[in-house]
Amino acid sequence: MGLLQRLTRASFSHGIHPADHKAETRDKAIRRLPFAPRLVVPLAQHIGKPAVPLVHVGQEVLRGELIAHADGFLSVPVHAPATGVVEAIELRPTARGDKGMAIVIRVYQGDSQMIAGGVPQNLTAMTPEALIAAVQQAGLAGLGGGTFPTHAKLKIPEGFAIDTLLANGCECEPYLTTDHRVMLEQTDDLLRGVRIAMRACGAPRAIIGIEDNKLDALAKVKAAIRPGEPIEAQAVKTKYPQGAEKILLKSLLGREVPSGGQIFQTGACMLNVGTLAAIGKLLPRGEGLIERVITVAGPGVKQPGNYRVPLGTPVGFILEQLGFNGSAAEVILGGPMMGQAVASLEVPVTKGTSGLLVMNEAYLNQPQRKSHPCIKCGECVNACPMHLNPKELGLLAAKGEYEKMAELFHLNDCFECGCCSFVCPSAIPLVQQFRVAKAANRGRAA
Amino acid sequence: MAKKELQMKVTIELRTSPHLRKTHSVEKIMRNVVYALLPLCAFAVYQFGISTLALLLTVLASCLLTEALFARLGGREVSINDYSAAITGILLALTLPPGFPLWMGAVAGFVAIGLGKSLFGGLGYNLFNPALVGRAFVQAAFPVAITTWTPPFAAGRFVEFIPTTLTLPFTIPADIAAWSQQVAVDAFSGATPLALYKFEGVTTPATDLLTGSIAGSSGETSVLLILLCGAYLAARRMMDWRIPAGIIGSAAATSGLLYLIDPGSYPPPLFMLFSGGLMLGAVFMASDMVGSPVTPLGVWIYAILIGVVTIVIRNFGGLTEGVMYAILLGNAMAPLIEAATQPRAYGHLRRRARS
Repeated sequence: MGLLQRLTRASFSHGIHPADHKAETRDKAIRRLPFAPRLVVPLAQHIGKPAVPLVHVGQEVLRGELIAHADGFLSVPVHAPATGVVEAIELRPTARGDKGMAIVIRVYQGDSQMIAGGVPQNLTAMTPEALIAAVQQAGLAGLGGGTFPTHAKLKIPEGFAIDTLLANGCECEPYLTTDHRVMLEQTDDLLRGVRIAMRACGAPRAIIGIEDNKLDALAKVKAAIRPGEPIEAQAVKTKYPQGAEKILLKSLLGREVPSGGQIFQTGACMLNVGTLAAIGKLLPRGEGLIERVITVAGPGVKQPGNYRVPLGTPVGFILEQLGFNGSAAEVILGGPMMGQAVASLEVPVTKGTSGLLVMNEAYLNQPQRKSHPCIKCGECVNACPMHLNPKELGLLAAKGEYEKMAELFHLNDCFECGCCSFVCPSAIPLVQQFRVAKAANRGRAA
Repeated sequence: MAKKELQMKVTIELRTSPHLRKTHSVEKIMRNVVYALLPLCAFAVYQFGISTLALLLTVLASCLLTEALFARLGGREVSINDYSAAITGILLALTLPPGFPLWMGAVAGFVAIGLGKSLFGGLGYNLFNPALVGRAFVQAAFPVAITTWTPPFAAGRFVEFIPTTLTLPFTIPADIAAWSQQVAVDAFSGATPLALYKFEGVTTPATDLLTGSIAGSSGETSVLLILLCGAYLAARRMMDWRIPAGIIGSAAATSGLLYLIDPGSYPPPLFMLFSGGLMLGAVFMASDMVGSPVTPLGVWIYAILIGVVTIVIRNFGGLTEGVMYAILLGNAMAPLIEAATQPRAYGHLRRRARS
């Protein structure tokens, strides 16, 4: 990698460079975890209306069978991740802290767990509309964590056209190596998915953006691209939050999503490489999404690595399987910058879970930083990738001026990446303040 | 229905994202500024002897005690261990003449912290640089004492105090012009290079300015050391390098322009840069985070403003020294500058002026 190449690598301004903690798991091949005794499959693993159950309590289901159908356009169906019997359809704890309806399946131990219901499809004969319908039928939502229904992303509204499909292979969160392994081990699925997605959204070309700490994946992806194909794999600078949709769009194409707008308005469509690999794997077989790869890492887990787990697997089961160090932990679903700490080990892995971080006493016992008043150092202003003024936002939030934050300082453009809280030397909980402000504004508007 | 299948006992702790933080803190930044100031203090003591040491300690103690007192009075936690009052104390002492009476130094410290910081609410809430508030106060209150200079490298500076140092509290110090002539190594005129230029038209050579063989306050006379210490802080990303760069650049440009227009009436730019408190002010005072803007464009405007105003005051004002008032003016204008230079947020077309 030449110096000139490194210096001119596509990137955005601001951002932060946290320690990446990926050495532990980046070279570990994906391994399959066994089925938990019970799988808790939420009906709402995506943005939009929850799916509607098709099964009833006591019904036997086969792995891969459709157990809940989509409710309208902005919704995706749910498939059974294992063969077993439906034990309950009831409220269960979710990662966000509230409870949501879920189908609880008691898995038949010792069953062959063959996937049923997959009808091979002839994709080349299908129109873009048919492809989009197939993507919805596969139960796909953004696997990078956004969980936006993938078919809704590919269906471009009237009056807009896509000139480039962007594949997000950045995985900028520390600890996570899921997408890295998928790019290395499912390269053909990924490319197949890119080609299908290009046809579905009408994009004449595609760019796969990969951070430059994953050059082995970049090389593998480049090798899998057929000569003459309008697909390109490009390295981008390793920086957080390079993998955020708005930020990667800026790095790769130099375009900005208008405030309050959507990415398709700029002529681009972006999908995570995990989602694209799932499209490439499931659509030809006509199967639904029933499992995903997650990175399990952190000082609290004895066997960190990348694991393929059935959707609905409770977090506690994974900890039992992989061994837990210590007696107390913060268990995070997702990455350490934007991930959610779970309040119960019964919370399951869902379509949007990219990682499971177990932060035990080694992390918890670090001295709690006392908050000082804002010393106006300006580090937050230099870090915010959206070029907001977190200092002003923080000072207004401390006074409770939530409306001013939204009207004058673009509070609603903040996507809570955490860069400002990360750099603040006074340890001011900026992101928390912004969340409170947004909730207060929503409550006032309601 | 929800049977306890999980056998292990784990205590779960809940926190919100982000779960990672950078390890630097306010204490670390302030402590490093103190470390960067220690060489300057050492050099000042070397130049002027135990009087400077006594002044440093007195002003420092006064600042720390004042901060503790006001914190206690206001019901706030005493936070002198965040080193910010210590920085104020050291910087304030470095701007005072070496022979400044100790009791006046204590007053300066009290006013600096009390009026310049604690009354506003403590760390982070002050509008002006506290050290400069203290200096401005004693400049007005004790105009003779603050312009009484002593020669550097005087014989016996490590064994005897300058006569004015130990003046009894609330009394005016005696005239020490005769004493200064007596202990000076070279002929000593009792005026700083800036005063010499303004009132007598004498330009001091740059080498003297750089090495400190001139009259001046303790911290003004060691330009090289100031630049080195500033470079240390900038390298550790604890100081915004744009502010000193902007001030030095604009001061050089303004004085250079004036010098080009009329070399007879205006001093050369290098003389302007190395004399007086410009370096100390640019590197340590103007870059004080609380008083300076945070927006990228705002920082440059602030720095350029200070540089230009300093040169204007020095050349066209009645005072010999302008950087103190220029910085105070910059501090006062910082909120307005910030409001006018909000960055263009992602996804918006224009930056909007905010009040």
